[in-house]
Amino acid sequence: MKNIKTIAKPTLKNTASKGCGECQTSCQSACKTSCTVANQECENTRRR
Amino acid sequence: MVSLEIKRKKMIHKYQYKDQSIVLDINSGAIHVVGDIIYDILDHYKERAAEEIYEILGSKYSRADLEEAMTDIAYLEENGMLYADDSQVTMDMLEGRGAVIKAMCLHVAHDCNMTCKYCFGDKGAFEGVRSLLSLETGKKAIDFLLQHSGSRRNLEIDFFGGEPLMNFEVVKALVSYGREAENSYGKNIRFTITTNGLLLDDAKAAYINENMDNVILSIDGRPQVNDNMRRTVNDKGTYDIITNNYLKFVEKRKGTYYVRGTFTRENLDFSEDVKHLVDQGFKNVSVEPVVTDPSMSYALLEEDRDRICEEYDRLTDLYLAYAKEGRKFEFFHYNVDLNQGPCVVKRVSGCGAGTEYVAVSPEGDIYPCHQFVGNPEFKLGNLNAGEFKNSWYDTFNRAHIYNKEKCRTCWAKFYCSGGCHANAYNMNNDIMKPYELGCDLEKKRIECAIAIKAILAADEETEIK
Repeated sequence: MKNIKTIAKPTLKNTASKGCGECQTSCQSACKTSCTVANQECENTRRR
Repeated sequence: MVSLEIKRKKMIHKYQYKDQSIVLDINSGAIHVVGDIIYDILDHYKERAAEEIYEILGSKYSRADLEEAMTDIAYLEENGMLYADDSQVTMDMLEGRGAVIKAMCLHVAHDCNMTCKYCFGDKGAFEGVRSLLSLETGKKAIDFLLQHSGSRRNLEIDFFGGEPLMNFEVVKALVSYGREAENSYGKNIRFTITTNGLLLDDAKAAYINENMDNVILSIDGRPQVNDNMRRTVNDKGTYDIITNNYLKFVEKRKGTYYVRGTFTRENLDFSEDVKHLVDQGFKNVSVEPVVTDPSMSYALLEEDRDRICEEYDRLTDLYLAYAKEGRKFEFFHYNVDLNQGPCVVKRVSGCGAGTEYVAVSPEGDIYPCHQFVGNPEFKLGNLNAGEFKNSWYDTFNRAHIYNKEKCRTCWAKFYCSGGCHANAYNMNNDIMKPYELGCDLEKKRIECAIAIKAILAADEETEIK
């Protein structure tokens, strides 16, 4: 497709069956006054 | 009651950033960089028949090109990458996660050696008396977290304040206690500490480096900006002391850290503060908008919106310029992972305040999050009295993007997950009504974060060619 470059695949559909709840709580990272979840890491791709 | 089915909507969001035309498919998470012809067609695609679109755009593009572009759009739609539905989000994801607590903000000191003008914690006291957490109450807090964590293995405790380094011996004792207790429960506790840096000497730095999974170092940026807000109790500036302490700390830091600042109406040119921090040698930076009573002179107002958005553009330029020079840094809110990122359950779960996240005061009082500490209306119990009844659980559990009217149709809902409950409550007296200026700034940050990915991807492609 010469007029479309897909830079992110439809990952929300792909991850629909997950939800282990093991990832970091967003306010424990670096915000404390606002909320973004899209910048959090998936625990299954993070290595401790 | 409006059913969940009626609330669901197929959505795209498109915007242009410099020479990039970007289209987000909200429900699938797919993101496309498109040519002008696609961008123009999408203005009409869902509202008009093909022949109408050909007529409207016929003076700008050839019929053959329009037909080809329409075929490409249809392909994306048929393959779940454009106008996808959100059937993957179930009621169970939204409200059936169960009353499991996995994260705690532990206020080890309701006292502070700074008097930051914008402090939401009442200069450390949180509307109460100045106090330090006792080891005994701290142990009860850790026990509480372990006992309420259900099947979650990874738990989090953030040592917060006030200034936690004012009670550092208790912090150390609680880390030791937590390390023993986690074994007996088969859990893994990740410790974080948030400090203002004044007391961060070599010994504390070495301990923190060894024992804390994440460290938040508070500093606002340029010397005059930092010292305008962040002052000692003797009304002296703090920049020189904390910068020196932080630089020594990060030089040896092995794990994650962020220097974190707050910008106010008094430094709307905050990209200069990010630049200053990066130029000092800090690689991980978070600078966030102040949230405070609008009557304060430094409060951000609706009329500042455009100016702040322009500043995020400047920050984006800075980020890209430094990345291209090989001086890449991380800006917390620009860290959007397009390859995977958090799963959809995480994206609809929000911050977890009042459900999976609680804050504990030095007196052992339990609250839905650190920003509610000191507000008696939100007190959920007391550890020393052995009382806990989360009377707010249902309210917080239902405060998700499908129940918040403004979030339901917002393109950013899977990126911010509905925003900060405390901001909504403090600004609108209703956790179901998001803080509008905060939403606008969050959307701007997301647009910038995605544009950065698009521009860097385009540059990589050019280099390969």
